[in-house]
Amino acid sequence: MTAVWSLWRRELVRFFRQPSRVAGAAGSPLLFWLFIGSGLSGSFRLPGAENVGYLEYFFPGTVTLVVLFAAIFSTISIIEDRREGFLQGVLAAPVPRAAIAAGKVLGGATLAWLQGAAFLLLAPVAGLRLDAPALLKAAGVLALLAVALTAIGFAFAWSVDSVQGFHAVMNLILVPLWLLSGAVFPLTGAPAWLAALMRIDPLTYGVAALRWTFYGPTAALGEGIPGPAAALAILAALGGVAFAADLWVMRRGRLE
Amino acid sequence: MTPDPADALPAVEARGVEYSYPARRIGRGATGDRAVGPAKALAGLEFRVAPGEIYGFLGPNGGGKTTLFRILATLAPPERGTIQVFGADLHGQAREVRRRLGVVFQNPSLDLQLTVAENLTHQGQLYGLSGRDLAARIERQMGRFRLTDRRDQRAKELSGGLRRRAEIAKALLHEPRLLLLDEPSTGLDPAARRDLWDTLQELQGEGVTVLLTTHFMEEGDRCDRLALIDRGRMVAEGAPAALKEEIGGDVVTLTGPDPTALARDLAARFPELAPEVREGTVRLERERAHEWVARLVEALPGRINAVTVARPTLEDVFLHRTGNRLYGGEEAA
Repeated sequence: MTAVWSLWRRELVRFFRQPSRVAGAAGSPLLFWLFIGSGLSGSFRLPGAENVGYLEYFFPGTVTLVVLFAAIFSTISIIEDRREGFLQGVLAAPVPRAAIAAGKVLGGATLAWLQGAAFLLLAPVAGLRLDAPALLKAAGVLALLAVALTAIGFAFAWSVDSVQGFHAVMNLILVPLWLLSGAVFPLTGAPAWLAALMRIDPLTYGVAALRWTFYGPTAALGEGIPGPAAALAILAALGGVAFAADLWVMRRGRLE
Repeated sequence: MTPDPADALPAVEARGVEYSYPARRIGRGATGDRAVGPAKALAGLEFRVAPGEIYGFLGPNGGGKTTLFRILATLAPPERGTIQVFGADLHGQAREVRRRLGVVFQNPSLDLQLTVAENLTHQGQLYGLSGRDLAARIERQMGRFRLTDRRDQRAKELSGGLRRRAEIAKALLHEPRLLLLDEPSTGLDPAARRDLWDTLQELQGEGVTVLLTTHFMEEGDRCDRLALIDRGRMVAEGAPAALKEEIGGDVVTLTGPDPTALARDLAARFPELAPEVREGTVRLERERAHEWVARLVEALPGRINAVTVARPTLEDVFLHRTGNRLYGGEEAA
């Protein structure tokens, strides 16, 4: 469909024309990873895998954060599109709302995926030796993760009316989802209430799937985390539900 | 061209259109209209636009024009009432309507990061155009709006007038039968305004129906027919000349040190004149008004500083119908 392709392409063109966005999305996770990863490396012991240092443990979580930030930044463009007037032109065109959402989400997801995949190449710095099949699998997981997170971001960005409002959503919902995903600390050893929250956090399964592509079936994921197939299914379902939510928020069309 | 059966239908037919904003937050057009409570932006509008007509909505900012425009642009359905565009229902057959509609927003819908050519390509693709056909249409519109040498310039680098031109070029790519324009002259210099109207008249010659909103009476004067809109209601409709005829002659404006007393004394001497005080001047409507000038000044010596006799304007019509002015003060008591 021409409209989806056109909207997708626009997202990419805009991204590469604003160099600050390129630097901004990957920059802060990189600093997080280096500072927190190095700072905690002395005191961190992963239950069941004592040879894994914190820099390495934190790596899949950081890749997820890169994808999350990139998805957030690319969906913020919806708020800009609305403010600048571009969006009204798209909405007045004879394009199904689903095609508009698909173009936006796929465009943002592509950007998020590219940034996450680029970050994957830093794996050797974390002490991870990834062969080609592992990289490909990880890239596949990142693609699912990118679509799901961009679709979630889209639903929020469509519903709030300012970038400030979106930052609130990001800080109160999206970042906590990431914090509880096993990205920063393992499920094993967490207090029961926290572990319970972690198990219902869909992002947990994204990070788990990523670890599984790195370490294979021996990955220390913590009890209660299902196998890779189930994790991927949860991730795909998250994307599907989020996209349905996108269509739903778009239907509540009122004038501002 | 084969005759389109839609030609026989009115370009736009609206019945009982109502829209109100929620209490929380009200309109935020470029002009920043605001209100506090739940506000009725449109209160039962009825109108009919004939194919090939240039039809205008004239009214003060905040009068409901922009709301109506957004509804006509299919951005939100009316709360009550129906609107049909060439027989297709605006809400139920939105895609049909959108195909026939070219929309020129007041706040340009160009992507500022994209070049002129990229913006046009993107727009064409949204309307299902592609390949050589699209390329040819883009060339044609860029030629028409003298944008060809700007094709690779980003929209953010264009002046306001050029952006408006690019915006109109964009709206015409798919050859709409109905062109909607929201306050098209706002922010344009006089030369660009003339250009715009030349284009609109050219389009009319090609059979395009033009529907626009404006708060400039000069622009209202150029429409074939005009609806005066105030507080969500239509207060008058007709050809500009016919609307002005209802004033019956000329408009006389008197200024003096004490307008209220002047009006009272004038009314006492010449009850048939029905003078009114409007914003510090005494105003009356009269046929052959020039014959009255000497009589008025002689009747009340020293009380009148200046007399103006003018042909009625659309603003006079608006004032006559609503008691409010188009511009300036909210309430001209």
